[in-house]
Amino acid sequence: MPRFITLIRNDEQNIPADGFPADFGARMGALLEEITKAGVMLDTAGLTPSSEGTRVTLSGGKLTYTDGPFTETKEVIGGYSIIQAKDKEEALYWTKRFLEIHPDVWNITAEVRQITED
Amino acid sequence: MTEPRVTATIEAAYRIESPRVIAAAARIVRDVGIAEEIAQDALVAALEQWPESGVPDKPGAWLTATARRRAIDLVRRKETYARKLAEVGRSLEDTTPPPDPPDPENIDDDLLRLIFTACHPVLPTASRTALTLRLLGGLTTAEIARALLAAEPAVAQRIVRAKRALATAGVGFEVPYGEDRAARLSSVLEVIYLIFNEGYTATAGDDVVRPALCEDALRLARVLAALMPGEPEVHGLAALLEFQASRIPARTGPDGAPVLLADQNRTRWNRPLMRRGADALARAGGGGPYALQAAIAACHARAARYEDTDWAMIATLYGRLLTLTGSPVVALNRAVAVSMAEGPAAGLALVDALREEPALKDYHLLPSVRGDLLARLGRDAEASEEFRRAASLTHNERERELLLERSAR
Repeated sequence: MPRFITLIRNDEQNIPADGFPADFGARMGALLEEITKAGVMLDTAGLTPSSEGTRVTLSGGKLTYTDGPFTETKEVIGGYSIIQAKDKEEALYWTKRFLEIHPDVWNITAEVRQITED
Repeated sequence: MTEPRVTATIEAAYRIESPRVIAAAARIVRDVGIAEEIAQDALVAALEQWPESGVPDKPGAWLTATARRRAIDLVRRKETYARKLAEVGRSLEDTTPPPDPPDPENIDDDLLRLIFTACHPVLPTASRTALTLRLLGGLTTAEIARALLAAEPAVAQRIVRAKRALATAGVGFEVPYGEDRAARLSSVLEVIYLIFNEGYTATAGDDVVRPALCEDALRLARVLAALMPGEPEVHGLAALLEFQASRIPARTGPDGAPVLLADQNRTRWNRPLMRRGADALARAGGGGPYALQAAIAACHARAARYEDTDWAMIATLYGRLLTLTGSPVVALNRAVAVSMAEGPAAGLALVDALREEPALKDYHLLPSVRGDLLARLGRDAEASEEFRRAASLTHNERERELLLERSAR
């Protein structure tokens, strides 16, 4: 059964000032429990803001380090999940459920990619 | 959303949610066959309505609510019918109990009841396996037939008979408590383990389909562990399957030939699954047969190279497993571990004690192991004799060649 990584991209520059609604944590917790109980969730986490991240670039044989925040990028990766699903449709199903519990004012992109298994 | 995507989403939703939908309906109608039909009716309703209305936020809840409503209607109609029968003076044959008030929070319990019903000991083992894959794994009859290397009509028959047998035997749709629970739980664990091994030990058939059985079993074990967090052996089985599954990429060479544990490229072992195995093992506590086997698997997982294997610990764990199961095969495995920890002479003494064991009379691994130990002790003539004997007992052509070759050395 293939594994899929879902990369959650959000726009750090336009995060709503009032943050998440009060019941968001509970809804997210319930959904994550449901995905875990479905036996498909392997790993998931949110990431700290890009201001705490560093980009390491190799170009022309030379390493450069760029500390965050990455203001020139509209969307940065804010979280990820790795699930084991029968097919891409099943991975998309859980991604749909994940995105739909977010408030309407949020703009998020979830990129679903299959992991190559040698 | 485009039309094809909606259909694909509905199909994915149904496959994922169908066990819970069937379970919810079965609690009301108390018959897994009727419950499956009701669940399929709910799917048809979704296929009709969702392309118009859009897929709901919680497709599972929608499907479950629809199935529940239909199940309750069905029971009511049956009750009305039974009452009318009674009114015209006939005996009241239908004793279907009235439905419990629907409780949307009870899905977990319903799912557990479904697992325990599908794995009921009243059914032959092969039927339990097929029914579990069908009702809980969400596999179609065709998929089950392919995976079990059986003809589709035969599998369909088996499933139909199993559903009928459950109804005829009046199997309660319930999770047993007290003494019954341990016995029934062991049947549930056995079925999941059988499904896994069906894929794991596959020596024939479609390579793409059969390893998928391992994943189906792994998923069932994870689901069960989430539903029964208080049962150590459920975690033990989950741990064992995570560890075994972690080795799948290294178990066959580029030409598809099996690779022995000692020769496996350990960098190909799946690290995340090994970590999940270790986590599940920690929750299992280490006392039961599955947890002990998982602990042995963990010893292999911890060894970065075959030479680093902690054989003394493995021998101890096999000793505990032997006390628990009394299995001669476990005794033989223990002898191998002891020979690795303490030398071939110590192992040979244990193997010799097993030579009179009736259960191992035709078991090719007994002479094979004995031959190996004799060879390590330099008793080549005796070793050669044992390898020849082992070759005559095995049914696997590849293995026979290997044994004859060793015999000739």
